Amino acid sequence: MSQIFAEGLVCPLDKNNVDTDQIIPKQFLTSVSRDGFAEALFYDWRYLANEQPNPDFVLNEPAYKGASILLTRANFGCGSSREHAPWAIQQYGFNVVIAESFADIFFNNSINNGMLLISLSASNIEFLFSRCQQGTQEWKIDLAGQQIILGNNAAVGFQIDPDIKQRLLSGLDFIGASEQFEPHISGYEKQRATAQPWLG
Amino acid sequence: MMAKTLYQKIYQSHIVAPVNGSTDLLFVDRHLIHEVTSPQAFAGLRQAGRTVRRPDLTYATMDHNVSTQLRSIDAAGETSRKQLEALATNCKEFNVPLLDLMHPDQGIVHVIGPELGLTQPGMIIVCGDSHTSTHGAFGAIAFGIGTSEVEHVLATQTLQQQVAKTLKVEVTGSLSPFVTPKDVIMAVIGQLGTAGGNGYVAEFCGSAIRGMSMEGRMTLCNMSIEMGAKAGLIAPDEVTFAYLKGKPHAPQAEHWDAAVSYWQSLYSDADAVFDKTVTIAAENIRPQVTWGTNPEQVIAVDQPIPSPESFSDLIKADAARRALTYMGIEAGQKLTDLKVDVVFIGSCTNSRIEDLRQAAAVVQGKQVASGVRALIVPGSGQVKRQAEAEGLADIFKASGFEWREPGCSMCLGMNDDRVEAGQRCASTSNRNFEGRQGRGSRTHLVSPAMAAAAAIAGRFVDISYVERAEGSYS
Repeated sequence: MSQIFAEGLVCPLDKNNVDTDQIIPKQFLTSVSRDGFAEALFYDWRYLANEQPNPDFVLNEPAYKGASILLTRANFGCGSSREHAPWAIQQYGFNVVIAESFADIFFNNSINNGMLLISLSASNIEFLFSRCQQGTQEWKIDLAGQQIILGNNAAVGFQIDPDIKQRLLSGLDFIGASEQFEPHISGYEKQRATAQPWLG
Repeated sequence: MMAKTLYQKIYQSHIVAPVNGSTDLLFVDRHLIHEVTSPQAFAGLRQAGRTVRRPDLTYATMDHNVSTQLRSIDAAGETSRKQLEALATNCKEFNVPLLDLMHPDQGIVHVIGPELGLTQPGMIIVCGDSHTSTHGAFGAIAFGIGTSEVEHVLATQTLQQQVAKTLKVEVTGSLSPFVTPKDVIMAVIGQLGTAGGNGYVAEFCGSAIRGMSMEGRMTLCNMSIEMGAKAGLIAPDEVTFAYLKGKPHAPQAEHWDAAVSYWQSLYSDADAVFDKTVTIAAENIRPQVTWGTNPEQVIAVDQPIPSPESFSDLIKADAARRALTYMGIEAGQKLTDLKVDVVFIGSCTNSRIEDLRQAAAVVQGKQVASGVRALIVPGSGQVKRQAEAEGLADIFKASGFEWREPGCSMCLGMNDDRVEAGQRCASTSNRNFEGRQGRGSRTHLVSPAMAAAAAIAGRFVDISYVERAEGSYS
């Protein structure tokens, strides 16, 4: 297995509290499919009312075309539990999001789709944004070694829960993993039905 | 034995097996589903040849997408119809009970769970919806999950979880007249911020919480997610037990005493240690209104709209600047000078009978201001019938409100109810994000009584001041 989980162009989205209504607005949630959400990503910011691309939005800048690492600020993904949000981010081409912090449900949803979400201190995030101001950045993400390789011998280390790291590295089917506990689940159900028969 | 919080007690009683490291497999007592976040989960099951392990612990309703104007599956557009039909097909194929559009008890998932008695103390309850935290009002661990997790629960009736940190929110004293649970939770969010609860499960306690009805406690727990908390919960008490008694899915006579005796053990031990504690005096809370584009951008109705420079944090100052522009308001303005175009009373936060009673008390005998569109959307068929029986519906209709069928309606603009670009809406819902109620919509979150007063005046009103001045309260 490669040391490098992902590598590519970094797109800086300089905002706090980016909510899932911004990541993917409600009109795209009536789909019954898991696919086709790339165009919907950040729709209200990305497109003007006449549906033309908004030239002022960072994703539309030619320099960030093809970006695969998203850099943002605190509390990214707050709000609704819609998994359409990580689907849209991933289908657009981002497999890594770096932020000061993430909302819990969004974090779990992203991991469940094999995306890597990296939380860093405010000062490290500030440092990475300042790098982006100096020119477009291409970074490598070394998940096994837990570092963002910035090039020219510069790197920023990150922390990650060991269970999550293992899941991302092994690509384990998490339903399949839980199904291994079938005897425990059946046992729990029997005990529950006896001790608390009102639960159904 | 080590002292435990309520959350820790419920978590530990649901461990099926430790998975590895700090991850546990937890049993799920109730899985609630709706049309928006379930179709891909059912498709995944089908693709993998799996089935629903416990359809008897799974309950479905239609709420997000439905029209509340017409009881027709076609009324909210073609893609909505397809999604509603997919839910019906999936429920039929996998034997999951469904409260469809024509069912008399259909309604918003977080309104019907409690009123049917599906929600009970000590349970773990999940749903593919972030406002699942509502059910924590009964002393349950209840939280929103994504579609992959919905599929996981359908297949295994379990979830892999890690223990969250614990946050104690104590509200002391008692609430002033016209200050509601909605104002309490908005004030808490204003203090802690939209990320203040990230990684925590919040337990609400204190005399002001004890004094709340179940409806009020649900409003409080509902918005725990708006400060980022994984869940919010309140230890069950006599108010909880009285609410549940006689509900269709509540423990029936032969099990009632045993259930209550178990529920009475569900509290945080006196010497339990919380990771963080916040204490707020109820007397200091005034009716709240959000002015910006996230729920922490909130002030009391009699405070001026803040200036970006008043925030010491540069990023918060910038967010405030952007929010003022989006909302079409200026620092220093009074909320009571802002005209409203739309008033929405409804949503999983504030569409229960008590909310409608509070709104009706304000509007009785008065007329909605000219030019204001005002709608009231009951949370469920039961709430609607009760409001009609109590005469509340007649009061609303006589005042010029639209009286609707149950559903999520204008909270999230996923159906045929939208706020138009540039319109200002006084809304009893839970999110004031940009575009939440429709592209360019300007949402101000308020309590039902504040929304009702705004509908009558055509602008925001300090109801505590007005009511004192009119002598309604001694």
